[in-house]
Amino acid sequence: MSATPLAQHGSLKWAISDTLTIARRYILALIRIPTSLVFAIIQPIMFVLLFRYVFGGAIPIRGGIGTYVNYLIPGILVQTTIFGAVGTAIGLADDLQKGLVERFRALPMARMAVLAGRTLADLARNLLILVVITGIGFLVGFNPGGGFIAYIQACVLLLLFAYCLSWGFAYVGLAAPNSETAQAMTFPLIFPLTFASSIFVQVQTMPSWLQAFARNQPVTQTADAVRGLMLGTPHGHSSWIALAWGLGALVVLGPLATRKYRRAA
Amino acid sequence: MTEFAVEAHDIVRSFKDGEVKALRGVSLQVPRGQVFGLLGPNGSGKTTMVRILSTILTPDAGVATVEGFDVVKQPNEVRRRIGLAGQYATVDENLTGFENLRMIGSLNHMPKATVVARAKELLEQFGLTEAGNRTLKGYSGGMRRRLDLAAALVARPPILFLDEPTTGLDPQSRQDLWTIIEQLVEGGTTVLLTTQYLEEADRLAKQLVVLNKGQIIAQGTSAELKAQLGTTVLALSFASTTDAQAGLPLVRDLSKQEPVVEGSRIELTLHDGPSAAADALRRLDGAGLTISGLNLREPSLDDVFLSLTGHKAEDEPTTTRKDAK
Repeated sequence: MSATPLAQHGSLKWAISDTLTIARRYILALIRIPTSLVFAIIQPIMFVLLFRYVFGGAIPIRGGIGTYVNYLIPGILVQTTIFGAVGTAIGLADDLQKGLVERFRALPMARMAVLAGRTLADLARNLLILVVITGIGFLVGFNPGGGFIAYIQACVLLLLFAYCLSWGFAYVGLAAPNSETAQAMTFPLIFPLTFASSIFVQVQTMPSWLQAFARNQPVTQTADAVRGLMLGTPHGHSSWIALAWGLGALVVLGPLATRKYRRAA
Repeated sequence: MTEFAVEAHDIVRSFKDGEVKALRGVSLQVPRGQVFGLLGPNGSGKTTMVRILSTILTPDAGVATVEGFDVVKQPNEVRRRIGLAGQYATVDENLTGFENLRMIGSLNHMPKATVVARAKELLEQFGLTEAGNRTLKGYSGGMRRRLDLAAALVARPPILFLDEPTTGLDPQSRQDLWTIIEQLVEGGTTVLLTTQYLEEADRLAKQLVVLNKGQIIAQGTSAELKAQLGTTVLALSFASTTDAQAGLPLVRDLSKQEPVVEGSRIELTLHDGPSAAADALRRLDGAGLTISGLNLREPSLDDVFLSLTGHKAEDEPTTTRKDAK
C-alpha cells in the first residue's frame, strides 16, 4: 500500500522509458526483417523511377513548378508515409493476435507506451525514408527552390502528417481480428486517399465530381503544402490547413486508438 | 498481509453482450507457497479467470484481490506482484531470447544492470544460454515455452499465473517445465496453474478446483477429490463386446455410478473395493461369463472428472496449435 505514491512519483519518467523500450523493440524488428526495410525503401524508389521515367512524360504540370520531377518528389514522400502506415496496422494486429499485447497489459508499464512506442518507431522509420528519398530525388533531377528553412518546415509538416497516420492505422490494427484482415482493411482507406489526391497529378485535371473530394481531403492539403514549401511556389493556405488537419487528427485519433487499446481483447 | 495470495469472490464475466457466460460466480482462495490447480476442459472459463486475476480483463461482477490488492481498483499494484505465462508463448519472434527478457525487465522498471544480470541468469537456468543470442525464429515449441516462463519470472514475482503452460508440448519438455515449476514453489513462489491435463494437476497441485461451464463443480486436494468419488475402480475385460453387454446388467448395481462401457471393457466405480470386486466375479462366473482381464486401481482425476461432468476431460474439442511443435 505504500507503493502507490512511489509509482505516481515517477510515472512520467517511466512512461517515457516504457515508450522508448517499445520503440526499440519495433526498430530492432525493422532491422531484423530485411524485407520490411527493403520494402519500405525500395518501393518508393520504384515509384520515383516509374513516375519520373515512365508516366512522367505524359503528365503536364501547370503553374510555376517546372518539370514533373519537382512535382513528383514531394508527392512520393507523402505517399510513402501513407503506405508505410499500413505496417503499423499489421504490426499491432499481429501483436494482438499473438498475445503479446496481453503480456504487456499484465505488466506494470505505462498503458500508453505500446502505442506511443510504436508510433515513435514509425516516426524514426519515416525520417530515414525522408532522407533516402530526398537523396534519390536529387539523383533524378529534383531541384527544390524553396530554401533550407522552408524545406525543414515541409519535413516537419510531413512527419506530423505521418505521425497522425500512425495513430489512425494503429486504431485499424487494433480493430482487426488478425494481421491479414488488418492489411485488407487498410486498402480501401489508402487507395482513394493516395490516388484521388494531388500526390501524382494536379487535382484540376480530374473530373469535377472527383475534384470536390480530391481538393479538400487532407492528403492533397498536405502534399500541396509540402510541395509548395519545398519548391517555394505559392500554395495558398494549404500549409496552415495541413497543420490544422494534422493537429486535429492527432487530438481525435490519439485518444481513439488509446481507448481501443485499453479495450482490445 | 492477507492469509491468501489470491482471493476471488463470485466472479462473473460474459462475452458478446452477455451471450456467452464464461464465468458464473467463481470464488477461490489460493494459499501461499504452493501450486493451486484450476482444472477444466476447454471453454470451462479457466483462461478468463486467469485474465481477470492478472488485470487483463475486468469482471462484470465480483471482487478479486492479489496480495490484498484489488485487481480492478489497484491494477498496477497487482501487476507488480505477478508473472504471467500464457497458453501461447507470448514472446517477440523478431527479438533474441536475451532481448525479450531485457524488454520485459525494462517494462517492469528494473534497473538496467539488474535486468541484464537477471536475463543471463534465467537463460542459464532454463538451458537457453546458447540460444539466447538468436532470434526466436529457430526456437522449438519447448524452447519458446521456457522463454515465455522465463519472461514471466524476470521481475521475481511472488505470484505466478500459468495458463496451460504445457499444452502442446512433447513429454520431455513437459517434464522439464514441471521440474522448473516445482523448484519455483520450493523457493516460495505461489503458482496458480490452469490445465486440462489431469496428470499435471495431480502431480503439481496441492489444492484443486474443477471448473466446468464457468462454475466450480468440485474442490479440495487431489486426494479429497478422489475420496469423494469412491475408493476403487474395477476394470473388467471380456472376450467380446457381446459378453460385455451380457455381463453389464449383472454388475451394474455394484457401481457407485453408471458403469463406463468401452467395447468389451467395463469400468465400475466400487463402493467397497475388494469385497464388491469378489462379488462381481462370482456373479459373472455364475452366469458362465469368462473375463479375459481384470484391473483394480485407485481412481485417477480422469475418473473424478468423468463422474462430475458426465464426460471425459478430453472430450471437449481441443484447439489445434501450429506453433507448438
